[in-house]
Amino acid sequence: MSFKATSREVGDVTVIDMDGRITLGEGSALLRDLVRENLAKGRKKIVMNLAGINYIDSTGLGELVSGYRMIKSAGGELKLLNLNKKVSDLLQITKLYTVFDIHSQEAQAIASFHS
Amino acid sequence: MPSKPQRFEVILETLIESIALAEEVGMRVAAVAGFGDDDQYKIGLAVHEGVMNAFQYGNKQRRERKIHVIFELLEEKLVIHVVDQGGGFRIQDIPDPREDENVLGDSGRGVLLMKAFMDEVDVLSSAAGGAELVMAKHRKR
Repeated sequence: MSFKATSREVGDVTVIDMDGRITLGEGSALLRDLVRENLAKGRKKIVMNLAGINYIDSTGLGELVSGYRMIKSAGGELKLLNLNKKVSDLLQITKLYTVFDIHSQEAQAIASFHS
Repeated sequence: MPSKPQRFEVILETLIESIALAEEVGMRVAAVAGFGDDDQYKIGLAVHEGVMNAFQYGNKQRRERKIHVIFELLEEKLVIHVVDQGGGFRIQDIPDPREDENVLGDSGRGVLLMKAFMDEVDVLSSAAGGAELVMAKHRKR
């Protein structure tokens, strides 16, 4: 299944809902564009909702890191939401769980920007 | 009596579609070899990463170059070779992406995932000078 992503606004937080696979050539440009668009609008609090992501490779992990770097350098914050076991395992193996703020409930992820 | 080793080879063009195709073949071979769902996913991802490496760094996305993926089903393990037509590389030169200075970097995660998901991973020089990635998953008895 190819990658799909849409963004929605919850107050001052943008939630990017993703579906499918994040791999080389699938999703990377779309995800980057969505992050860029939101930053350009001054929306710097971003949640990436990975609930629909069933597969991610090292390039996809690199895209999450790239998003993190873009948001951070714009003075914003990124949270990850709803990782399935496979994605969570990959973040453990690569130690990226030490970089990202990870949540399992959307309300909790959104509240974490204001705590 | 030990079963006879089985070997077959897939020759792919250097196309982005070849990555998912090789992954799918890898998962099917793993299933035939008797690996469970979790190991099939891990073997598929390792093949995906190996072929992606050949596509990007070895063959530098040049379609006319080939990627050979060889599966050898031995009694004790499944061995997978991914051979490209690039300049080769040394696995020890790949940075460890888990180190603090590399964790936000762009390289090393593919090799790390292959090492995490397979029991043996090494890179040799192929007869033609490219890289020959060799990885193996042990069969549980």
